[in-house]
Amino acid sequence: MARFPFSAIVGQDEMKQALLIAAVDPSVGGVMVFGDRGTGKSTAARALARLLPPITAIQDCPYGCSKEDKDRYPDVCGTGPLRKRAVPFVDMPLGATEDRVIGSLDLERALRAGEKAFEPGLLAKAHRGFLYIDEINLLEDHLVDLLLDVAASGENVVEREGLSVRHPARFVLIGSGNPEEGELRPQLLDRFGLSVEVKTPTDIETRIEIMRLVASQERDPQAFEAEWAAQDDKILKQVARGKNKLAKLEPGEDVLTDAAHLCLAVGADGLRGELTLMRAARALAALKGAKAVRREHLIAIAPSALRHRLRRDVLDETGSTARITRAIDELFG
Amino acid sequence: MSPQGPDDPLKDAVLAARLFLIAPQLFGGLTLRGAAPARDALVAALGDAFASSGKPFRRLPGHIDDERLLGGIDIASSLASGKTVEQSGILQECAGGAVVVPMAERVEPGVAGRLAQQADEGANGPAMILLDDGREDDDAPPASLLERTAFHCDLTHSREWEVGDLETGSADIASVCPLDEPALAALAATAEALGVPSLRPLIFAQTAALAHAALQGRSRVEEADLAVAAKLILSPRATRLPPAEEPPEPPQDAPPEPPPEAGDETEDSQQPNPDAPLEEMLVEAAQAAIPADLLAALAKGNAPRRVTGGGTGKRRKSGLRGKPLGARPGLPRGGARLALVDTLRAAVPWQEVRRRETGATREDPIQMRKDDLRVRRFEDKAARVTIFAVDASGSAAAARLAEAKGAVELMLAQAYVTRSEVALVAFRGDQAELLLPPTRSLTRARRALSELPGGGGTPLAMGLDAARECAEAVISKGRTPSLVVLTDGRANIGRDGQPGRKQAGEDAASSAKAIARAGMDALVIDIAARVGPDSAALADAMHARFLALPRADARQIASAVEAVQPTRDAA
Repeated sequence: MARFPFSAIVGQDEMKQALLIAAVDPSVGGVMVFGDRGTGKSTAARALARLLPPITAIQDCPYGCSKEDKDRYPDVCGTGPLRKRAVPFVDMPLGATEDRVIGSLDLERALRAGEKAFEPGLLAKAHRGFLYIDEINLLEDHLVDLLLDVAASGENVVEREGLSVRHPARFVLIGSGNPEEGELRPQLLDRFGLSVEVKTPTDIETRIEIMRLVASQERDPQAFEAEWAAQDDKILKQVARGKNKLAKLEPGEDVLTDAAHLCLAVGADGLRGELTLMRAARALAALKGAKAVRREHLIAIAPSALRHRLRRDVLDETGSTARITRAIDELFG
Repeated sequence: MSPQGPDDPLKDAVLAARLFLIAPQLFGGLTLRGAAPARDALVAALGDAFASSGKPFRRLPGHIDDERLLGGIDIASSLASGKTVEQSGILQECAGGAVVVPMAERVEPGVAGRLAQQADEGANGPAMILLDDGREDDDAPPASLLERTAFHCDLTHSREWEVGDLETGSADIASVCPLDEPALAALAATAEALGVPSLRPLIFAQTAALAHAALQGRSRVEEADLAVAAKLILSPRATRLPPAEEPPEPPQDAPPEPPPEAGDETEDSQQPNPDAPLEEMLVEAAQAAIPADLLAALAKGNAPRRVTGGGTGKRRKSGLRGKPLGARPGLPRGGARLALVDTLRAAVPWQEVRRRETGATREDPIQMRKDDLRVRRFEDKAARVTIFAVDASGSAAAARLAEAKGAVELMLAQAYVTRSEVALVAFRGDQAELLLPPTRSLTRARRALSELPGGGGTPLAMGLDAARECAEAVISKGRTPSLVVLTDGRANIGRDGQPGRKQAGEDAASSAKAIARAGMDALVIDIAARVGPDSAALADAMHARFLALPRADARQIASAVEAVQPTRDAA
């Protein structure tokens, strides 16, 4: 089935904003989407795949390496010319085995030629792209550890079955899950740059609008896609422009001070919060085509960048989002 | 063979099946609960319908592995023929058709994840027919799959087995005009009234209304179509009762069949009040399909079914016992057992390479390496840890304390049999202390208990916090805690250690609420000489069960604790 177009997703602005920021600046470090079932989490994540400007990669490289990667990993990349290719978007299923994720012995070549060859796994496929895991909170612990390690180091080291391979694996992790069915370990949560909470729209008008759009998509997927293609293209161009602009934007001293004050006020653990806040604000400014990173960008992104980093207080019933908004009001009023 | 009763659940299920057949991929699938003959007949009829339209229809074996599910290399034939033989997966083979998932309540999260992912593929993925054999209320298929199947039919109480013809003729959804604004609004309002927040059911309901209109040969959606959609799709997912004019009386001995109003009769039953707004009639239609016992459960404020979501502490992987899972690479130590077949399977593809490396011939024995070793894994039910929080203050008289000690000892003796553990938290004066971390050791427990002195104030908040912390530690280790608080509820020391009845009471209430928020199983036993309202209020705040045992003796407490704990599976 044709994917539901990103631009046709009604509402859920915070989630869409977070996904686009991750597309503009992968160094923001992944997006975690928490929310109930049937709120469009997976639809949005999967629709993102089509909004990404193509990357330049070595033609026959199984990892889609860039020119820079080739210098660092000379043995794994091919030698072909550089070609444009689509950004990889890997949909990792819950039941994926370790072999499948990190890669394993290439059975075909082992059987036929008696050669010891490495068959790249999902991590290799996701290099320079996105790795999406639905219901990440139900993922097996040993896989979570493995993903954490690779996401942090940016490379996948395989030492098993007599194979010894090291290849680049830098990807944006997108996870989604329903917190009622199991919490995500705090260590993993902290690795995500942005975290958004998705609520099901309760407004009848919005719900009717969604039903109408889905019905017309089900009726004729091709026509529906064509109808929204222009909108999607517009977002794609916006992302591409944002990517180019990113390098030229440098947050000023005032924004950095604001970020530090905000993190202090809400009691966000660790330096990671400030870094993410700064990077995300910059990416948002780039996405919006702003000339400089301003306080409004910081405020717009603060809940997503910080809400999963607040120390949990079982006795405080106020949600983390409310605590952040309160701090913003007090600081920047 | 009785004629098909007007109110038999099968009738709705048959209608659901016919709607499903019009657009299997749009509806995602059917969930059929209860192993009644009606269900077998319905599945067989569905199979015939798929076969006659030339679409694949396959049954998924319970022990399916990834290779078979999604396709991969057929190792056995590859080895035999010396070249790679690909095998296609069941899900691939079923693209555009349907796959039957028997014993759906036992589907592992991994397989469920694969199925859900395929279902999201829409037209390219197979539709699912989930056969749910769950008996208990909280024994249900994974929520991710339930969510993606449009129709949920409970055939447990069906007494029919004549399915009849599922023929849908040339009904086509595309021939029906899209729903207009009021119709969409009515469906949305109905979902709102029944407390169905997710958007998927709404979308399913819309499609169901179109399908029903197509089935009736209409080109426009009418009220009856909407009523059927509300009844078949929204009402099984209801989490609350629509605001009712008259309170629903929960009949004690009512038959579990839904009230006599079903199928095509909805249209007639709508006639008496034609002036009522559309959504009210839809709510009525949906409400009529909610069985009486569910109505009663909802009215009491209980959720209809707890879905097994793979949460923490319910199940865990074990190397020693339980239901077998797939093998993992690893060394057979720490009690883990070698999985011989899997180890051989891992080693076989390497033989050619290794022979070249070592210069061995085909006559030499198979060459194993450490990496080939696979160990077995099992799924084990998590052990339960009972945490006793004992009030050792002066107000809980010394005699009660002795009784509480006795109860813990008795529990411990039972723990020996049921493999559960106990922990002991005591609070008195201005402190709470974890006297006994979770243990199964009888002697250690006895010693800790005998050393427990009594007297002093009642720092109830501290005691509850300590018990909660202990329970959280238990959860993080993948076990399931239950709290047993023995107290008279008369807190007089606050969380900061300062005396003061008012502050202490408030602190205790907030601690109790924290336990409720954490969703822990809890039981409060009042051990005061005269039962006061304090401990009952405490239990209420904790969402705990409450027992007043003014003259507690150890045996009584132990049996109370046992009665409150959920029964363990026989497995």
